[in-house]
Amino acid sequence: MITLNELAVGQTGVIRDVRGDDGISARLLEMGLTEDEPITLLGAAPLGDPLEFSLRGYRLSLRRSEAERVDVELTE
Amino acid sequence: MAVAAPPRSLTIAVIGNPNTGKSTLFSALTGVHTRIGNYPGVTVEKKVGCIDHEGTVLNLVDLPGTYSLSPRSLDEMVSVDVLLGRQLDVGKIDAVLCIVDASNLERNLYVTSQVLDVGLPTVLVLNMWDVAEERGIKIDVATLSQRLGIPVLTCEAHKRTNIAAIKSALVDAAHQPQRNSLRLFPEEFYREVDLLRTQTTVDKNVLPQFLLERLLLDAGGYVEEWQTKQRSAELPAQLAAARDRLKAAGCKIPAVEAKVRYAWARQLLTGVVQQPVQRPVTKSDKLDKFFTHKFWGLVVFCLVMLAMFLSIYIGADPLMSMLETGQNAIGDAVGSWIPDGPFRSLVVDGVIAGIGGVVVFVPQIALLFLFIAILEDCGYLARAAFLMDKLMVKVGLSGKSFVPLMSSFACAIPGIMATRVIENRRDRFVTILVAPLMSCSARLPVYALLIGAFIPGIWYGALQGLTLFLMTFLGAVVAIPVAWILKKTFFKGETPPFVMELPSYKWPSPRIVLSRVYDRVKSFIVRAGTLIFATNVLVWALAYYPGDHAEEERLQAEVEVRQEQLAAIRLQNQAANNETRGATPPEVAAVEAAQDAANRESQRLLEVSYLGRAGKAMEPVFLPLGWDWRIGVGVLASFPAREVIVSTLGTIYSLGSDVDEENEGLRSALRSATWPDGRPIYTIPVALSVMVFFALCAQCASTLMIIRRETAHWGWAAFTFVYMTVLAYVGAWLTYNIGTWWF
Repeated sequence: MITLNELAVGQTGVIRDVRGDDGISARLLEMGLTEDEPITLLGAAPLGDPLEFSLRGYRLSLRRSEAERVDVELTE
Repeated sequence: MAVAAPPRSLTIAVIGNPNTGKSTLFSALTGVHTRIGNYPGVTVEKKVGCIDHEGTVLNLVDLPGTYSLSPRSLDEMVSVDVLLGRQLDVGKIDAVLCIVDASNLERNLYVTSQVLDVGLPTVLVLNMWDVAEERGIKIDVATLSQRLGIPVLTCEAHKRTNIAAIKSALVDAAHQPQRNSLRLFPEEFYREVDLLRTQTTVDKNVLPQFLLERLLLDAGGYVEEWQTKQRSAELPAQLAAARDRLKAAGCKIPAVEAKVRYAWARQLLTGVVQQPVQRPVTKSDKLDKFFTHKFWGLVVFCLVMLAMFLSIYIGADPLMSMLETGQNAIGDAVGSWIPDGPFRSLVVDGVIAGIGGVVVFVPQIALLFLFIAILEDCGYLARAAFLMDKLMVKVGLSGKSFVPLMSSFACAIPGIMATRVIENRRDRFVTILVAPLMSCSARLPVYALLIGAFIPGIWYGALQGLTLFLMTFLGAVVAIPVAWILKKTFFKGETPPFVMELPSYKWPSPRIVLSRVYDRVKSFIVRAGTLIFATNVLVWALAYYPGDHAEEERLQAEVEVRQEQLAAIRLQNQAANNETRGATPPEVAAVEAAQDAANRESQRLLEVSYLGRAGKAMEPVFLPLGWDWRIGVGVLASFPAREVIVSTLGTIYSLGSDVDEENEGLRSALRSATWPDGRPIYTIPVALSVMVFFALCAQCASTLMIIRRETAHWGWAAFTFVYMTVLAYVGAWLTYNIGTWWF
């Protein structure tokens, strides 16, 4: 099990948990990062941060510090 | 029904995710009958439109785009209050229009499920139908409508399809009874809510079900904070206990809400939505590969920013010159009808110049708004924020602040208005408060004048260029610690989420873009305009009175007479000798002598005016900066608008007020200006200290006015004025003293 910011480009993970109970974690959940949902890393911004993901059919950008709160399990 | 009922008036709330084409739909429904205002006490814009549909009046209230009805601030609470009928200036809501992106249903339905929980009659509109089709997504609308129990319509708002049907659906919906909430949560949850109800009911004052649920679900949210203050300090402990019990029962707060709502959405859409397993690569995806690319993305970004600036200088400048010429022409024309005297000066130099001072901004502002509106509408603004975020985080802000601050390098007014895209209040306010530090185009004349006069043109002008560059970026560099301090003091709080959707690219809709530009320019003229105008007239009055201008007018009239004589002589010479020979030197000298006399009289009058006297009285304040009272007067006069300094200096050095920063006469006047004991006033350190002052000072009444508007309070505008003036003074003082010590 790794955290979302550790995914490699093109890799898909299945979300297991979103840690934290502040506004950022609430926002991650609202945007659909729920348990058992697959999420794929599409790439990173030129300076390495933020990251761009694909989930539930749309594109989402998250900072590494935000992605770090999400535990994912690799599917392969 | 035989008797005609009087036209009913219905209030409809319009809600949906950002980037769903809500504004397009709203304007398609309401046309031009829209009023924009403010909800009292918050910075949320209140947008209400009016439709007359077959005898019924529909008042549409456009709520800000949101991903969830979970308020974490007072601004976000406004939408909830409106829906619950608790916003007094809106009243009870009869129906809700919920707009979703047909190509992105699952995530969009999250807030829809919350809206359905509120219990109001709702109409669901699947917008961006064409995008869904392009992606190969097929939706069985009839089944969806049946499962939800509410009318569901499709729409392509920018093509205005189905608009009439939506209006009818809204009218019908408003006549439906209240709905039951969806009750998606496990029973334990509702039991805790009931317990909470008894705990929070005071004097039969019961909170609505929706707010009780929010109270339990939003740990640390606005409702909890508000209710703790209002009702009981024990509330947080009670809530924590309730949440612990729910967690033990397998119902973890807040994760449970996302889990049940998305599960509901997925189940709802099963069998209703068919989409290709592998999402086809759309045009939008191909564009993004390029625009967010590590290298090409940055290249494109730099080009876009460059284009924005060039368009101002190429596009706006000629327009602005035209407006200035027009203003002068009108001033001359009107002036010629009015007899000499203070009234004439008031009209020409006060009123017309005042109006001109507002109007001259318009081309620049309109062009910047246009650029920003296009970038926003086509979806590129989100990419700009994405690319710049890491850089902005280093200075304490987020990527979303980049374009507003960048725009402020041209003019802070559109830049500050562009901060509306920053949803987080703290970030937005800090961005607004440092935006005026970005060296705007109005500071250029000052730099050009002083650099041209005092910085040596060595190294092929490279030193001058370097000085200009440093001055331009001085403000931005100073903004970094200022932003840091602001965040540590007035705007403490948790780091806001950057979590941001990257919407699909779309062709910007000209209608939406142009109407947005129109709205903002109009807002600027009406609000800031009155203030700029008033301050210009005030400064005019202070510079005019109490001197007697009769002598000046006589001298000026004499100048005009001599100029006419000169022109007549030249004409005669031409006709007689067929040579383009000017008049003989004595005539030319006479005109110049008359002009000199008039200019000297103007200078004298300025010295004895209130403004001049203030400058002289304040000389002790200016001396530590190396300035004399004349510079002081110039600076005082330019508080409403910085560009004024050049023409004021022209008057002060009796060159007349028509000079500009390129004027050689003004430059040499500055170089030869001396103190009573003969030392030159303008040494390099002094010139630099004046430039630093202008770089850091808030000498723009319009910007302050816009800050007041965007922060909904005079306080922040006053704060900006004070902090920047202090910063400017200290900066100028340091520059002067370090400079004199060094050189």
